[in-house]
Amino acid sequence: MKYLKNLLGWVDDRFPLIETWEFHLSKYYAPKNFNFWYFFGSLALLVLVIQIVSGIFLTMSYKPDALIAFASVEYIMRDVQSGWLIRYIHSTGASMFFIVVYLHMFRGMIYGSYRKPRELLWIIGVVIYLALMAEAFMGYLLPWGQMSFWGAQVIVNLFSSVPFVGNELSVLIRGDFVISDATLNRFFALHVIAIPLLLVGIVFVHLVALHKVGSNNPDGIEIKKKKDANGIPLDGIPFFPYIVVKDIVAVVLFLIVFCAIVFFAPDMGGYFLEANNFVPANPMKTPEHIAPVWYFTPYYAILRAVPPMFGSQFPGVIAMGVAAVAVLFLPWLDRGPVKSIRYRGPIFKGFLAAFVVSFIGLGYLGLMPATPTYTVISQVLSVVYFAFFILMPWYTKIDKCKPEPDRLTFK
Amino acid sequence: MTDNVDRSKRRLILAATTAAGGVAAAGVATPFVLSFMPSERAKAAGAPVEVDISAIEPGTMKVVEWQGKPVWIVRRTQEMIDLLSKHDGDLTDPAGNVPQQPDYCNNPNRSIKPEIFVVIGICTHLGCSPSYRPEVAPADLGADWGGGWFCPCHGSRFDLSARVYKGSPAPTNLIVPPHQYLSDTTLLIGDDKQKGAA
Amino acid sequence: MKLIKKIWVLVLLAAVPAMAIASSGVHLDKAPGNLSDKASLQRGAQLFTANCLACHGAAYMRYNRLMDIGMSEDDIKKLLPEGSKLGSTMKSAMDAESAKMAFGVAPPDLSVIARSRGTDWLYTYLRSFYVDATRPSGVNNVVFPLVAMPNVLGGMQGEQALHVEKHEGHEVQVLKLTTPGSMTAAEFDATVADLVNYLDFMAEPAKLVRYKLGYIVLGFLFLLLILTYALKKEFWKDIH
Repeated sequence: MKYLKNLLGWVDDRFPLIETWEFHLSKYYAPKNFNFWYFFGSLALLVLVIQIVSGIFLTMSYKPDALIAFASVEYIMRDVQSGWLIRYIHSTGASMFFIVVYLHMFRGMIYGSYRKPRELLWIIGVVIYLALMAEAFMGYLLPWGQMSFWGAQVIVNLFSSVPFVGNELSVLIRGDFVISDATLNRFFALHVIAIPLLLVGIVFVHLVALHKVGSNNPDGIEIKKKKDANGIPLDGIPFFPYIVVKDIVAVVLFLIVFCAIVFFAPDMGGYFLEANNFVPANPMKTPEHIAPVWYFTPYYAILRAVPPMFGSQFPGVIAMGVAAVAVLFLPWLDRGPVKSIRYRGPIFKGFLAAFVVSFIGLGYLGLMPATPTYTVISQVLSVVYFAFFILMPWYTKIDKCKPEPDRLTFK
Repeated sequence: MTDNVDRSKRRLILAATTAAGGVAAAGVATPFVLSFMPSERAKAAGAPVEVDISAIEPGTMKVVEWQGKPVWIVRRTQEMIDLLSKHDGDLTDPAGNVPQQPDYCNNPNRSIKPEIFVVIGICTHLGCSPSYRPEVAPADLGADWGGGWFCPCHGSRFDLSARVYKGSPAPTNLIVPPHQYLSDTTLLIGDDKQKGAA
Repeated sequence: MKLIKKIWVLVLLAAVPAMAIASSGVHLDKAPGNLSDKASLQRGAQLFTANCLACHGAAYMRYNRLMDIGMSEDDIKKLLPEGSKLGSTMKSAMDAESAKMAFGVAPPDLSVIARSRGTDWLYTYLRSFYVDATRPSGVNNVVFPLVAMPNVLGGMQGEQALHVEKHEGHEVQVLKLTTPGSMTAAEFDATVADLVNYLDFMAEPAKLVRYKLGYIVLGFLFLLLILTYALKKEFWKDIH
C-alpha cells in the first residue's frame, strides 16, 4: 500500500493524475435530478468502445479486396473461432450507435441542452454525428454484398449531381468509374483508421467542453447559480461515485438489449443485416429493391421527396444535406425564454411532436419503394421537418411558457 | 453525506458487484482471445496428409506440405543405410536421446521402415529449410561428407537420418513427424493413431 | 397540445398498416424448419450433397462442420467426393464455366442462400416447378419465373401443371400433380423441409451455439442488473 502511494505520488508529480480525476469525476458536480434521458451520453461512449474493440479484431481477419472481401466475411462467420460473435457485436453496435445517438440528441432538444452556454458543446456533438454517418456509410461497403455495393453506388452518385464538377468529384471519391476494388480499399482505410481517429478526438473535445460548462438537466436551469459556502452547487452531486453507479445500471440494461439482439436476432428482421447483403456484390445486376440502412432513411426519403429541378437532382441532394445539418443551428433558432420542455408552452410541444412524427415517418418511407402516394406523404413530412426549424424563431417566442423553478425538482 | 449508512453492507454489495463485473470482463475477453487461435481454415490446412510413396526412386527425396511446413520423404538406398551407423562419434545426439522423434522411430534409422525416412525439413537452429545433398564427398562439403542435408543459412550439417553433426549451430536433430503406413505405398503424415495403423 | 399529440399518433398508427399491406409478391409457404432436429438436418445434408452439389457449390461450408449436426467422421467420409478431405469446403462437381455453358447462368453458391432468400422462399420454390414446354429445361417455376434450374427433385415429386383459377374475381395460380413421383405429396414436402432445414443451418452454423450462449449471457446480465441496482440504491442513500 505504501509503495502504491509512493508510486502514485511519483506519477502525480509528473502528470496531473489526481487533478484530472477530481476535475472530471470525483469533484465534477452533476445535477442530481438526471432522468433516464441522461444515460445515452455514457452509453454512446460505451458503444464507441465496443465498436473500436470489435473492429480491431475484425480487421485481423477481414480482407479489403473486391475478389475476396465477401469470402473473408464468411471466413470470419464460420472459420475464425468466435468470429461470428465479434462480427455480430460490430454489426449490432453500428445500429445501436445510431439509436443511442438519436436519443441523446433528442434529449438535448427537449431539455434545451444546446442553448447558452452549451452552443459549442452542441456543435461538437453534431460534428460527431456527421462523422458517425461517414463512418457507418464506409463501413457498410466492406462486406461487399449487393446492398453494400449498390448503396455506395447510389450515395456516391449523389455527388455527381453537383453542378460543373459533379462527375469529376464522384470519380475522385470512387477512384474509378464505378464502385470498385479501389473504392473498397480506400473506404477500408477511412473506416478503420481515419474516421475513428477523428471520432475519438472530437468525442474527447466534446467531453472537455461538457466539463467546462457543466451538464444541463431536465429542468433546464443552471445549478451553478446556487452554490454553498465552499462553492459547490447546492443541487450538484459528485459524478463519481453517484452518477457512475447510476450509469452502470444503465449500462447493464443496455447490454441486456444489446446481447438479446446479438444472440437472438442479429439480422433484426433485415434492418440491421439485410438479406440482399448475403449475395456477393455484382456490378451487372441491381437488386430489385434497394434502400439505405435504417439510420439513413429519413434523409434518403427527403432526397426522394424533392423532384428534380432544372433537369438536376442537385436540389434534392441539397435538401438532404441541409436536413442532416439543420440541428446545428438550433442554438440560434430557439428564442424561447425557457430551456426545458417542462416549462415550454403547447406550441413548442406540438411542433416537436410533429417533428418526431416527420422524422420517424420519413425513416419508414425511406425504406419503402417510391410509389406516388408515398412520395406525396414524404413531401408533406419533409415540409413538416423543415418547418420545425424554419419557424422556430417565431413559435418559440410567442409560446406561453411556465416560470422556471429556482432550484431543481428532485423526487 | 450522512453517517447513518451501513458501511459494511455497502462494502459487501460493492465487493459482489466487482466480482460479478470481473466475471463479465473475463467473459467478454473470451471470444476475443479465442479468435486468435488457429481458424478452421488453418486447421484444415494442417490436417494429416496422405502421400503416395510408390514413385520415389531410391536415393531421391519427395517434399510434401503439412501444417504449412515442408516434410521430406527419402527412399534411402542400402549403401546409405549402411553408412548411417558408421559416424556416431561425429554426431551430437546419435542415439536420439532428445525426443525429436516419436518412440516408434527411436532407432538408428529414425524411421519405421529402414529405407523410408520421413522428417520435417525445418532446421532446429533458426528455421531455414536445409538442402538435400545425397552425394558422397562433394567438393564444397569435404571428403568426409556421407550424404545428408546442409543448411545454407548458417551451415548446419545433418546426416541421412537428419541427425546433426557436432560443430553445427543447430542444437538438435531434425523433427520426425508422427506418421503411419496406410498401405505399403501410402503414408499418412501428421497422424499415427488412425484405424488400421501399421 | 394533448389533442395535437394524440392526432399525430393516430395518423402515424393508421399509416403503418396501410403501408405494410402494400408490399406484394407470390404467397410463400412457411418452411417447417427446426434446427434442433438433428435427424432432419442430417437427412438434409445427405439430400444436399447428393442433389445440389452436382451443379452448385457451397464454397464457405466445410464438410467437417457437419459434425455440428451430429454426424461422425465416418458418416461424413461417405459424402466426400474424390480428392476432398474432412476439412475441405463443399465445391461443386461442375466448374463454373461449364455450368454457365449448360444453364446460361452460373448456378449461385448456396452457402448463405437461406440468408439471402429466406427459408420460406426456398421451401416454396423447390416445390413450385411445373411443366412448361417452352423452357429449355422443360420446367418453369411459380416463385422464380423463367428459372434456368431444372426440377432436380422431380423424380421424387412427379410432374406438376399450372392452372389459373378465378377466385372472387382474382386470378390465382394453382399447381396440380399430373404424374406422380416416387414419393407422396406429404413425403415430398417433408423431404424438402429437411433440405431447407439443412440450408438454414449451413447459412449460419453458429446459430446452433448462438441461442445456447445467449441464454447464459442474458441470465448472467440479469444477475448483474440486480447487483448493480442494489449498489446504486445503496450509494444514493447519501443523496437527499
